[in-house]
Amino acid sequence: MIALLARDLALAVRAGGGFGLGLAFFLIVVTLVPFGVGPEGGVLARIAPGILWLGALLACLLSLDRIFALDYEDGSLDLLATAPIPLEGVVTIKAAAHWITTGLPLVAAAPVFGILLHLEGAGFFWLTASLALGTPALSVLGTFGAALTVGLKRGGLLLSLLVLPLYVPTLIFGAELVRRGVAGMETTTPLLMLAGITAATVALVPFASAAAIRVNLR
Amino acid sequence: MSIWEYANPKKFMQTSAWALPWVAGLTLVTLIGGLVWGFFFTPDDYKQGSTVKIIYIHVPAAMMAINVWAMMLVTSLIWLIRRHHVSALAAKAAAPVGMVMTLIALITGAIWGQPMWGTWWEWDPRLTSFLILFLFYLGYIALWGAIDNPDTAADLTGVLCLVGSVFAILSRYAVNFWNQGLHQGASLSLDKEENVADVFWYPLVVSITGFVLLFLALVLIRTRTEIRARRLQALETRERMA
Repeated sequence: MIALLARDLALAVRAGGGFGLGLAFFLIVVTLVPFGVGPEGGVLARIAPGILWLGALLACLLSLDRIFALDYEDGSLDLLATAPIPLEGVVTIKAAAHWITTGLPLVAAAPVFGILLHLEGAGFFWLTASLALGTPALSVLGTFGAALTVGLKRGGLLLSLLVLPLYVPTLIFGAELVRRGVAGMETTTPLLMLAGITAATVALVPFASAAAIRVNLR
Repeated sequence: MSIWEYANPKKFMQTSAWALPWVAGLTLVTLIGGLVWGFFFTPDDYKQGSTVKIIYIHVPAAMMAINVWAMMLVTSLIWLIRRHHVSALAAKAAAPVGMVMTLIALITGAIWGQPMWGTWWEWDPRLTSFLILFLFYLGYIALWGAIDNPDTAADLTGVLCLVGSVFAILSRYAVNFWNQGLHQGASLSLDKEENVADVFWYPLVVSITGFVLLFLALVLIRTRTEIRARRLQALETRERMA
């Protein structure tokens, strides 16, 4: 499993583009927002938590179709499916690799981008915390969408249509956590809900993804 | 005699051919009856005026929007567990009907909301979760359309329906947490004191029955069409092989 993780990470870093692309996309979203809503600091500070979460979500979406597509095309997905480790484990590793290459950089960069959007003091901590807690769920749910569409030629658009509604609860609790953190309100409820959603997603969704891959490999 | 006999496409076609005229006829009677009764023979509400009458479309459509998804969940499970093709086709047939029901509920709600709440749209939990439900329907239908192999499509949409159900319910409660509601609570229940008055209640029950029957008729027609399309495909394949 570790070998698989190392392989996926190496592929993501070396095989051009995938690694930094999500981060660059995130930066572009953050840069474009002030052009859209105007440069006043007050407005930006108010919408910053939501924009940063949305940006992270979209950046995450961008690289989802690569999770299984390349392996499917060159046949290594068939090998992985017949390998001694269960396919659910493969899916989890794939999600972990996706998270390390897209989610983790987003978590690290979000505070810096927060400065651009005049995020307020307490927000930096809560933004980092909420993204660190929430983005694993995004990656795992992404594997489900990627698994459903892996056999399709032009699955990209369909993938976003399938995955984005699944992101709703994570987005709600993640952004709410930052908003409450900024306002100095009680944060335990959204924090626990966000952590709970992530834990349940990571534990259960790989089974659905693996089932979908088996159907597609049939 | 068990319910699974109807999983045989031939048996299903026979039974549904017999049942369809009855269901369609009853649909016409109850739907027209309920709506005409509701629209012309009930008093205006003392506060809402005649806008209250949209209830005869809005409430049944909203109920069906949710129940159709529940039905798709059940038929998807039957397909995934017992692999009866009719079941998968019924889920496929029901999805667009459910989507339209959701849309009707959203639009009639907006039309009612404009004079009553002073806004076409409000990010109220119920409204928002219906919008999300609509997105789930869209994704489900799009996935059916995107995959060529019918069995693969049935399997994948089945899995999507299961996962989607969990997340649709999760979203429903997450949305509750996110924003306070403007939408009134349930106006219909069997056990609570607070209900709509009887003058509105009876025609409403009739039009709900009408919507259920309408859904049933549409799903029967659409499932029959799907089965015929399958048979045609099989015949064409056989032709080409020969």
